Amino acid sequence: MPFQTFEHIEREKQIMPQSNPAIKQVTDAIIEVKNLNLYYSEKKALSNITMGFPRNKVTALIGPSGCGKSTLIRCFNRMNDLIDIIRLEGEIKIDGANIHDSKLDVIELRRRVGMVFQKWNPFPKSIYENVIYGLRIAGINNRKTLDETAERSLKRAAIWDEVKDRLHDSAMGLSGGQMQRLCIARAIAVEPEVILMDEPCSALDPRSTAKIEELIRELQGEFTIIIVTHNMQQAARVSDLTAYLYLGELIEYGMTKKIFTAPLRKETNDYITGRFG
Amino acid sequence: MIKNLDLELEKLKTKILQLGSEVEKNLFRAEKALLLLDEPIAQEIIDNDEEIDNLEISVEEKCLQILAQHQPVARDLRFVVTVLKINNDLERIGDLVVKIADRVIILVRKNIHELKSANGVQFPEQFSHMFAETKKMVKMCLDAFVDGNTDLAYKVCIWDDEVDKAKSIIREQTEEILQQDPGQHKYIAMLLSVSRSLERIADHATHIAENVIYMLQGHIVRHEIDDLE
Repeated sequence: MPFQTFEHIEREKQIMPQSNPAIKQVTDAIIEVKNLNLYYSEKKALSNITMGFPRNKVTALIGPSGCGKSTLIRCFNRMNDLIDIIRLEGEIKIDGANIHDSKLDVIELRRRVGMVFQKWNPFPKSIYENVIYGLRIAGINNRKTLDETAERSLKRAAIWDEVKDRLHDSAMGLSGGQMQRLCIARAIAVEPEVILMDEPCSALDPRSTAKIEELIRELQGEFTIIIVTHNMQQAARVSDLTAYLYLGELIEYGMTKKIFTAPLRKETNDYITGRFG
Repeated sequence: MIKNLDLELEKLKTKILQLGSEVEKNLFRAEKALLLLDEPIAQEIIDNDEEIDNLEISVEEKCLQILAQHQPVARDLRFVVTVLKINNDLERIGDLVVKIADRVIILVRKNIHELKSANGVQFPEQFSHMFAETKKMVKMCLDAFVDGNTDLAYKVCIWDDEVDKAKSIIREQTEEILQQDPGQHKYIAMLLSVSRSLERIADHATHIAENVIYMLQGHIVRHEIDDLE
């Protein structure tokens, strides 16, 4: 069976969006995106994205630079609100609730949808204070609760053994890989439902990368993780589902094992095999 | 980087085709050796098998090297995995052809020529047909691989029945011969062994075709082909 042609898929998408075989329909989606268009002033950055992100699974977003991966995940915790020139059409629901509802508390949304960035960004505070920062600003000051949360989060982020004897030392003295795991601990301390990861390993060495990847697999099942990555092998290793975006369009979305062995679209094959362009 | 991978994949393709060509040549020799009961040709098959074994190892090493160095995915991954599997099937075909050559040498050394003329030993006619069908299957599955021809690969899977039929006819013919002259049982056993080898060669050709379908379509069709017939 040859790859399906772009035109063929386009036609199908227009007639019956749900029938597009290259876009997986997700049941039990925690995040549902429907007909999402996003513009930076006049420039369209995301075009008619409709997809669901399954609960407690890892979904990888792949695609060349500028394809809209980061822009898409930044929609989910409304980080894009901070950019004035962005205009958005369509609908994003988390657990069935529209995140653009005027009654929605954006701070609460960002607690539910945490984020880890490409470059680790610990605060210039102690390791302990970094982890419990979210709780402190939520007004929680009970020592026991804070201690328990710090220990639990650091353990879940697989960094506890490395820092337990120096919790009150500055976080700035940690290695890059440790700082990134600290940031993950800080993100999970507030018990989010979704963790967005924007190229979390791109500045790390292979050993630290392996630790973060291992961590992602351990957190899966407890959290819904959406990871943007340029590393094809990483997407193949850590994710359950993979979405390929190109020029703001969702080209293919399916089970990772399927995408990396037998993608339906020629464009996906060309991208993941490095023959793109 | 991708240029390097493409070069490596091209080299791998050349190697596996070289192996396929050597195996095919030996299969042609086996037909000649059996039908003419020619010991030198049978010996040539045995001598050439070393080359086949060396090529098989070389293909496997290349596959492992590509997997380790390039971590291919999607179509490239399916290609490398298919080559690994085809490599194994071709080597097994090579061994079965050697087995036929061994049988031919036994037949010749037991002087079947004389028995044939003096005691009326008959040679099952169906053998040349079975050889023709088996050779056709091996050629077709390799052509399907080279040309990326899914239809041809499916055809090979269905063609397997022809070889099975030929084997049944040979069994019937040998039973008739045995009834006429039970003294020929040792020779008949040799001939039946040859037909079994041919049947198994056809099975390996079918495996190759199934793997070619996977390579082209990304869908495993093993155990599904029966439904198509």
